[in-house]
Amino acid sequence: MESFYSSHWILSVLLALPLLGAVACQMAPERKAGQVALWVTVLEFALSVPLFFTFETGTAAFQSFGAVPWIEAWGIQYAVGVDGISLLLVLLTTLTMPLAVASSFRYVDRHQKAYYTLLLLLQTGMLGVFTALDLFLFYVFWEVMLIPMYFLIGIWGGERRIYSAIKFFLFTAVGSLLMLVAIAGLVYLYYQQTGAVSFAYRDLVQLQIARGTQFWLFGAFALAFAIKVPLFPLHTWLPDAHVEAPTAGSVILAGVLLKTGIYGFLRFGLPFFSHAATHPAVVGTFLTLGLVGILYAAWVAAVQPDVKSLIAYTSIAHLGFVVLGIFALNPQGMEGGILQMVNHGLSTGALFLLVGMIYERRHTRLIEEFGGLARVMPFFAFSFVVVALSSIGLPATNGFVGEFLILLGTFRSHPVVATLAATGVIFAAYYMLPMVQRVVLNPLEKEENEELEDLDARERAIIVPLLALILLIGVYPNPFLDRTSASAGDLIRRVEERSQAAPLGAATGRAELAFDGVAVLPDDGDGGEGPGMTGPVSVETGE
Amino acid sequence: MEIDFVSKFDYLLILLPEVVLSAAALVLLLGDVFQRGQESSQSADWVGLTAAGSVLAAAAANGFLLTLEVTSGAPMIAADAFRVTANFIFLGATFFGLLFSFDWLEREGLDKGEFYVLVLLATVGMMVLGAARDLIVVFLSLELMSIAVYVLTAFQRSDPRSSEAGLKYFLIGAFASAFLLFGIAFLYGATGTTNLARVVPRVAEAAADGNVLLYLGTGLLLVGFGFKISAVPFHMWTPDAYEGAPTPVTGYMAAGVKAAAFAALLRVLTVELMPAADAWQVALWWVAVLTMVLPNLVALAQDDVKRMLAYSSVAHAGYLLVGVVSANALGRSAALFYLAVYTLMTLGSFAVVYHVAGKGDRRRHLSDFAGLGWRRPLLGVAMVIFLLSLAGFPPTGGFVGKLYLLRAAVDAGQVGLAVTLVLTSLVAYYYYLRVVWKMYFEEAPEEAPSPGRPGPSFRFSAAVCAAGILLLGLLPGTGIDAADRAGRSLTDRPTVESPAAGATTAGLDGPGATPASPSSESDGPSD
Repeated sequence: MESFYSSHWILSVLLALPLLGAVACQMAPERKAGQVALWVTVLEFALSVPLFFTFETGTAAFQSFGAVPWIEAWGIQYAVGVDGISLLLVLLTTLTMPLAVASSFRYVDRHQKAYYTLLLLLQTGMLGVFTALDLFLFYVFWEVMLIPMYFLIGIWGGERRIYSAIKFFLFTAVGSLLMLVAIAGLVYLYYQQTGAVSFAYRDLVQLQIARGTQFWLFGAFALAFAIKVPLFPLHTWLPDAHVEAPTAGSVILAGVLLKTGIYGFLRFGLPFFSHAATHPAVVGTFLTLGLVGILYAAWVAAVQPDVKSLIAYTSIAHLGFVVLGIFALNPQGMEGGILQMVNHGLSTGALFLLVGMIYERRHTRLIEEFGGLARVMPFFAFSFVVVALSSIGLPATNGFVGEFLILLGTFRSHPVVATLAATGVIFAAYYMLPMVQRVVLNPLEKEENEELEDLDARERAIIVPLLALILLIGVYPNPFLDRTSASAGDLIRRVEERSQAAPLGAATGRAELAFDGVAVLPDDGDGGEGPGMTGPVSVETGE
Repeated sequence: MEIDFVSKFDYLLILLPEVVLSAAALVLLLGDVFQRGQESSQSADWVGLTAAGSVLAAAAANGFLLTLEVTSGAPMIAADAFRVTANFIFLGATFFGLLFSFDWLEREGLDKGEFYVLVLLATVGMMVLGAARDLIVVFLSLELMSIAVYVLTAFQRSDPRSSEAGLKYFLIGAFASAFLLFGIAFLYGATGTTNLARVVPRVAEAAADGNVLLYLGTGLLLVGFGFKISAVPFHMWTPDAYEGAPTPVTGYMAAGVKAAAFAALLRVLTVELMPAADAWQVALWWVAVLTMVLPNLVALAQDDVKRMLAYSSVAHAGYLLVGVVSANALGRSAALFYLAVYTLMTLGSFAVVYHVAGKGDRRRHLSDFAGLGWRRPLLGVAMVIFLLSLAGFPPTGGFVGKLYLLRAAVDAGQVGLAVTLVLTSLVAYYYYLRVVWKMYFEEAPEEAPSPGRPGPSFRFSAAVCAAGILLLGLLPGTGIDAADRAGRSLTDRPTVESPAAGATTAGLDGPGATPASPSSESDGPSD
């Protein structure tokens, strides 16, 4: 058992099982497909849980690592592994999926086989993104993830589903394609320096890239990831996709898919292009955009008439916090960012699930249609309030721990940004609490709402695990933080070292990418200022 | 086996696949006449099956070519790995093209022996074109291929669109041939030879002298090839000809004819005319960019799926040109690999279109695809695979091919081309996805007739094409190795050493030796 979990087999099984499940779904009768998918995802979750306990804390090395040659002519491997950054995201994925499947039983009544097959394919894609340690493999999973989501929104979505599906697809594809060029560039640089072709993460991460080139390549990677996060002003696909997607689609989008963007920054953007990523201008840009995202999304959320689109905007605000944490570039911010990704997955996932449940009863999501639900649906009301409070970041819920760490980390490096971001927490209360009040409190005025039934056993089974985790992380986050701290600390150290060690450019005889026509300045002026300024960054962002 | 052209039998051996296919074509022509007698009735099943069988036999003969080794002479026909690999692509296009057309020929009542004979002869032309190392042979084979395809384009005589397309294609094709011939004449004037093996040092000389004839000849050659590969701005005929031609022919034409013209272009331009690279590289760079940008934008506005695919196939010529402009070994291999995938996905997607269009090729509008994915699940899944591959999405061969081209461009320092390639692919996503959304996101109207179940040959070849695309996407190792070998075999001669190619070949650590390559440059009996 021990060796199974320390070898790549656990990850390979986690990747393969949903594929087999997808085949099983296709062979099952139409009505049974949902059952099959549920069992597969529950089994998947059960298999993944021991990973949390066998994971060794205190080391930043990849665990359960394995690499098998795949396309030898190009040095491409099937390489998978988890570290403190990806472990929690893998578990978040395996936890989210059974809930998403179970939440679909009532809503999805046509083309059920195709629906559950796509959900399972999506699971393989997401797990692949979090575990792949080869850039080719990563890119394949990164893109494959899009296709099932495109179909899920397009086929089972709401009124404007086609528009939203296409918009989602095209937006996320823009960045990915430029990232592909950047990957080809990385591989070429590696070939120039070593004479061998490789797509392997461990090879490419050690690449010495000239400072000028780093900005181009980082830009291509960052665009792909920033769209996925989504960072203001690239976020416009998100409200559409969230609102139109079926409940399970929204849950997966919020719970897992958005995290792939942040994960990309942590896994590739920062360690590969340390100099570019820690350049004051870049850090300033990201902090500003994160901050704008927090405040802007809060204001927009406050005026949404539709519960679902309100929650969609809160996603942008939450992910803004995560971006702040990451680009604070210190251990507290980083750990807080990673934890906050999980927190956002749990609370926003739960919110979407709850909204889905009342939508199935009333076929509307407009806030004004509800009111006083606490009287007829006490369990629903209780869950909704707890989850909403965790989304705001009330102490004793998970949201508090994450946001507190992020603000702490940001305050250490950028006090002004942290102060402004802290007002975002107040805004969160400003848009969330009135909505909660108008939905579950207030007098029960609408006749339609008087007969509503409280959550049944299936729905409670979906919500209770999320509530438990929200409170657990809120009061005892140490087991989670322990598992991320080593990797987060190591990442910060490496980024600092590498940002100073990055070669200046052509002058040092290092490889340089020729951008035909465009003259790439190997050293865009900061060489004269010395390496000192790329250490722990301590500049105010331009407000 | 060594080939030294002492015995006349050697000439037969080195042309074995072409000989097999030509013989089969002639036998079919005669056999079909005898079995039909006086009446103008349908051909028997065995005619089509024999044609398909002869393609397989030619493929076997093609494999045999790998065992040959030319030891002396500078023959007009190459026997290198590039030729063999290219031949497999042409034969694949022909084989699946034939299988896909069985249903259509029967449906339209056109099941005549001539169709198969023309297809086989066109294929012979393609194979010789891919192997030609003499400009005269390039011209001859190009004509053999083109004339057969002109007739195929106009094959559906009852349909005026088909006749119109055939005439258009013929007129412009003849025009292009004239340009090509002019170019060849000027090149001959500049270098004094049409044999490509000998032309290289003289091209270098002429380029050093700034010989005007060389530049004029290269330019006209480019124009001629530009028509054949339908590169912008020489693409005007393509959408009309592709739209009017019977759809299975369109697929065969888009895949095979383009592949053959590209194979010749790669050989002539990036190897033999490499010393004159400054004469063509910049011009071709612009052609490549235009060919990627323009058709992709125009395709956005097409509601006729067949016409949209026609524009998309023009755009694919642009992607392939990226490999040519890169002009390194990686670029040649990439173009070859992409051609292989392109053949499968083009044939497949056009086949689905003709099946949905129904008798008389009438239902080709986007709305005719509504709900197809739910009515014909397997056909829908196959079409999704073809479209995703055309769009260049993993895990399909189209993605690996695009990455291959991107790597070639980046290695050659052509980052601008690489970025253009991906940005235009993004535009293409929209119109490919539009078909997908029609097929799945919309339900078919109640009164719309459902396309029937395709015949066995159609089902077989659609399945093989889709499986091949996925295989080239998930396990492309063998394909990449073969393409690398083929790409390198073009330059595996001491006299031809382009600096860019030399640098990159060293890095691709495929298995070492190339199986078949002409190794000597001493004067031989041909000329």
